Amino acid sequence: MTGRVVIVGYGMAGSRLASELRARDGDRKIVVLGAEPHRAYNRIMLSNLLAGKIDETQVELTEAAGHGVDIRPGVAVTAVDPAAATVTTDRQDIIEYDHLVLATGSRALVPPLPGLVPDRQTTPDPERLPRRVVAFRTLDDCRRIVDAATGARTALVLGGGLLGLEAARGLAARGLDVRVVHPVGHLMERQLDPAAGAVLARTLAGLGVTSHLDTSATAVDAEPDRVTLTLATGDRLTADLLVLACGVRPETGLARAAGLVVERGIVVDDRLRTSDPRIWAIGDCAQHEGQLTGLVAPAWAQARVLAQVLTGDDPQARYRPQAPVTRLKAAGIDLAAMGDLTPTDAAQPAVEELSFTDPARGTYARLRIVHERLTGAIMLGDNPAVGTVIQLFDRGTPVPSDRRSLLLGRALGGQSATPVESPALMPDAATVCQCNTVPKGALVRCWRAGARSVAEVVAATRATTGCGSCRDAVEGIVNWLSTVDSAEVTG
Amino acid sequence: MTDLARSETHADAPRPGTAPLTSVAEVDTHCPYCALQCGMTLRATPERVEVRPRQFPTNRGGLCQKGWTAAELLDHPDRLTTPLVRDRPTGQLRPASWDEALDRVTDSVTALQAAHGRDSVAVFGGGGLTNEKAYALGKFARVALRTRQIDYNGRFCMSSAAAAGNRAFGVDRGLPFPLADLARADTLLLVGANVAETMPPLVRYLVEQKQRGGTLIVIDPRATATARQATLHLQPMPGTDLAVANALLHIALAEGWIDREYVEDRTAGFDAVRRSVAGYWPAQVERLSGVPVADLEAAARALGTAGTAIILTARGAEQHTKGVDTVTAFINLALALGLPGRPGSGYGCLTGQGNGQGGREHGQKADQLPGYRRIDDPAARAHVAGVWGVRPDDLPGPGLSAYELLDSIGSPEGPRALLVFGSNPVVSAPRAGRIQRRLADLDLLVVADFVLSETAAMADVVLPTAQWAEEDGTMTNLEGRVLRRRALRPPPTGVRTDLAVIAELARRLGATRPVDADADADGPRFPDDPRLVFDELRRASAGGIADYAGVTWERIDAENGLFWPCPAPERPDTPRLFTATFPTLDGRARFVPVEHRPAAEEVCPDYPLYLTTGRVLAQYQSGAQTRRIAPLRTAAPNAFLELHPDLAQRLGVVDGDEVRISSRRGEMRAPARLSDTIRADTVFAPFHWAGAARANSLTNDALDPTSRMPEFKICAVRVERA
Repeated sequence: MTGRVVIVGYGMAGSRLASELRARDGDRKIVVLGAEPHRAYNRIMLSNLLAGKIDETQVELTEAAGHGVDIRPGVAVTAVDPAAATVTTDRQDIIEYDHLVLATGSRALVPPLPGLVPDRQTTPDPERLPRRVVAFRTLDDCRRIVDAATGARTALVLGGGLLGLEAARGLAARGLDVRVVHPVGHLMERQLDPAAGAVLARTLAGLGVTSHLDTSATAVDAEPDRVTLTLATGDRLTADLLVLACGVRPETGLARAAGLVVERGIVVDDRLRTSDPRIWAIGDCAQHEGQLTGLVAPAWAQARVLAQVLTGDDPQARYRPQAPVTRLKAAGIDLAAMGDLTPTDAAQPAVEELSFTDPARGTYARLRIVHERLTGAIMLGDNPAVGTVIQLFDRGTPVPSDRRSLLLGRALGGQSATPVESPALMPDAATVCQCNTVPKGALVRCWRAGARSVAEVVAATRATTGCGSCRDAVEGIVNWLSTVDSAEVTG
Repeated sequence: MTDLARSETHADAPRPGTAPLTSVAEVDTHCPYCALQCGMTLRATPERVEVRPRQFPTNRGGLCQKGWTAAELLDHPDRLTTPLVRDRPTGQLRPASWDEALDRVTDSVTALQAAHGRDSVAVFGGGGLTNEKAYALGKFARVALRTRQIDYNGRFCMSSAAAAGNRAFGVDRGLPFPLADLARADTLLLVGANVAETMPPLVRYLVEQKQRGGTLIVIDPRATATARQATLHLQPMPGTDLAVANALLHIALAEGWIDREYVEDRTAGFDAVRRSVAGYWPAQVERLSGVPVADLEAAARALGTAGTAIILTARGAEQHTKGVDTVTAFINLALALGLPGRPGSGYGCLTGQGNGQGGREHGQKADQLPGYRRIDDPAARAHVAGVWGVRPDDLPGPGLSAYELLDSIGSPEGPRALLVFGSNPVVSAPRAGRIQRRLADLDLLVVADFVLSETAAMADVVLPTAQWAEEDGTMTNLEGRVLRRRALRPPPTGVRTDLAVIAELARRLGATRPVDADADADGPRFPDDPRLVFDELRRASAGGIADYAGVTWERIDAENGLFWPCPAPERPDTPRLFTATFPTLDGRARFVPVEHRPAAEEVCPDYPLYLTTGRVLAQYQSGAQTRRIAPLRTAAPNAFLELHPDLAQRLGVVDGDEVRISSRRGEMRAPARLSDTIRADTVFAPFHWAGAARANSLTNDALDPTSRMPEFKICAVRVERA
């Protein structure tokens, strides 16, 4: 393909697409327009930034660079004209395209609470919140939170989903006392069952994060030095800052104004094409088969497919969504959730439900297996099989015949070398020295033939002369032989 | 064939081993097999040659079963003691005189080159040849045959690590520090290295390292004998090592374990790597590799917070179409942690073959001249041509890499004659069935070997050569330490050294002037005395990256080996590289961003399992030597397919069942060996056997774009009960 690809949005999806296009041969021009003023960054790492573990340079992503690549951060697109095949920027530049890719992402949802919106008519705007109230979405949000958290001792987080808990543990890692307010009866209800939610809440409590469940907020009072959240119960919680983590909404304004088909997101087909044959959409703003993604893995998969389609590398490439795996991993927390665990008809013989709970150690594991395939799992706490479980879920390969290996420990090998048993119990055929293939029987025969010391046994059998790790075992056998022999002599 | 060879021996020569002993009845030398080059003493008794281990820094008095039994091949009934030529009427190999055999070679070579050009004759060398032989072979190709077509089996072994090392450090020396440093590393990471089976005496250092309280981390899809000794074993899906390395660096960045001062002062290019690994957060790589985030974090912590740390890669990480980039990912990690050049720390690769290191430095490689010089560098050409007594313009340019060279046989531009020294590609090449057919297309196949290997059995001319105990020379071990191989006794009657074969072929091809000619006379020499060859090698390598100018046999004897570079006899050698600077143009090491990509062949419904290949303790390489040694044959009698019990159950296979393994390229049969030490999505086969049990019938010939390394370590297969 030749021509000009204009990408609107320089987040994780847009930057990845630019790199994918750049990595493929062809004479094309790539223009990336990003509203945020920074180079592309890794949103996944923002909670580490919040925790103060890393600095901003460490969240930067690879930038597609080189001939034909024109990246313009800090430039917002204000309009798309599909008929003219142009976009207009906030600097009044008009840019022509052969293909336009919308990777506009999503914006944080601000709940319409009194104290957050001036009046009920206005759409809540995450950019125009009171001081000490910050949505958690962008690098700039992160900066605002860090700024507000400096010198703060307490924080409130509204929303106990994945993003809210990421923010909460980041702030807790800064030493703040954090309270999470969540309207549902257990945390991360979209991914977890109540039992797992309870274990997670207990784990978080140990890290300095208290959960207020099954209660919604009714109002926010933001003062210059503190914020108070009023709950439906009438309780009032006060803290030094309030982080909003109430979900995101796809950024579809440009698409809508351009007349593209938009439902919750910009509707795309398997090739990521919108209702206009020259306009494509990927990432959070796109809606594929009725689904929004909101995660990086599918956005990057879409970027790859679209690059294959646009460059002609693989015109047959099609995006097939993969079931998401939700992962929350930080010091003290290890959570993986995937697939479907909603209650089923227990009479179905093909469905196996497995679970293991160890509340004292914060460990919970639940698996669903259907016809030898893993269809859903929650793993919380220390579970060495988590990597295997995720791969079994992703790949649909049959589960191990011994299911316990998935619940309790490593599914694969990893056993340490067999400890030296009592030499008397060792079979004669057991290999003692691997390097020189010396079985126990050979050492015994050597003893019977008159060797009476480790050195003599070694000289005759070559045991221990390779890697040397069997030295203790050989000495043990020689000692045992000497006691057996002396017993025989005295008897 | 073997019986013929033996009857011929009876007819006109004493039996091997009954050759008259020289005054030397005992000699200190090194094992003929792997790059550890264990010290051993050989003693000739009237009945046999005895092997005893010897204290040497690599083996510290240890020997594995291969070393102990190495001498059994010296007087083996399969030993070739007369040349063989393929009889034209019968198509069978028959004994021949050296004159007849060499005439057959030179007549064919001359005719083919006259008709099809110089490049119609190709040379294929080996990583087990001494430095002198590797050097002489490269010179023979460029000067006597004047062909650009020479490469060697080290391409299948070390090329990925070599390319990555050169790119990052400006030099490729397997270990840039003495082996003994391993024992003192607080954290030691082995990637795709099963040293407990491939070089057992090295494990002595691992045991010491653990006894000192060190952490040993092994990355391997199998819980190998080495992995079972580890403090932490990461068991990734085959083909995902690169992503694992990037994740480790990602974590080290996130945790602040980067040595910023080192990165600032001694390296270049970090920012691009920092940004690229931002895309490898642990959960992402866990999903790809199957290695739990907690284990990735533990490994990164052990490396990032250690006082001293060493990272070593081996073939498991390197024999991939992304082998160079995978090694680079681990080098990036080592550089970011400030390891290379710091005492007790660093990155290294574990060389495989006995002279895998020296073999790649002195001109067997398609694009190189002695001293690790580039053949397309005019200054290098001028220097080497001067030493060789030829004009620079007469030296050919770079040729094809090993697999491409073999695969081009039978094509219009491809070689019509191939001279093989110290290699058995019928067993060891990837997609070996195809390579076997290619070799059958040759007009002339010449194999110099001491047994009738599977490749020799296809040859038109087989030249019987000396074994390690019958020749002098030098080897460069995995540390870059140049060692002396010493002859215990002369070759049996009827057997010649490789150097003598090369010298005689060069003479018959009219490429030499007499060795006793005036020193100023024009024209090259091809001496068969290894000491003369080595002295010439020293001059040819002088000023190159692998500079041997100051290495003499006397110094090697006096100093227990010498580490290159060693540019002058009066100057010390270099046990540790990079202590102050890197041999790059600006003295800085290079970070290179690298990205994970899928294997060339991924699993699919027809071929649903990953196959990975490797070694067993009691066999070596293509097995041409070790399969003939009775105790080794007893210890490891046949190939097998290792598979997880769960997989076996699904396939209806029980332990010991004969199974058929098929890939898109061929099939293999072997008994099943059940083991829960392997992933259930992966099967393993050792590559030492031939015929129906040949693992390389299955392997993928897709090549790394930089190193041209084939993808031995991963392909898609189907397994069925046979």
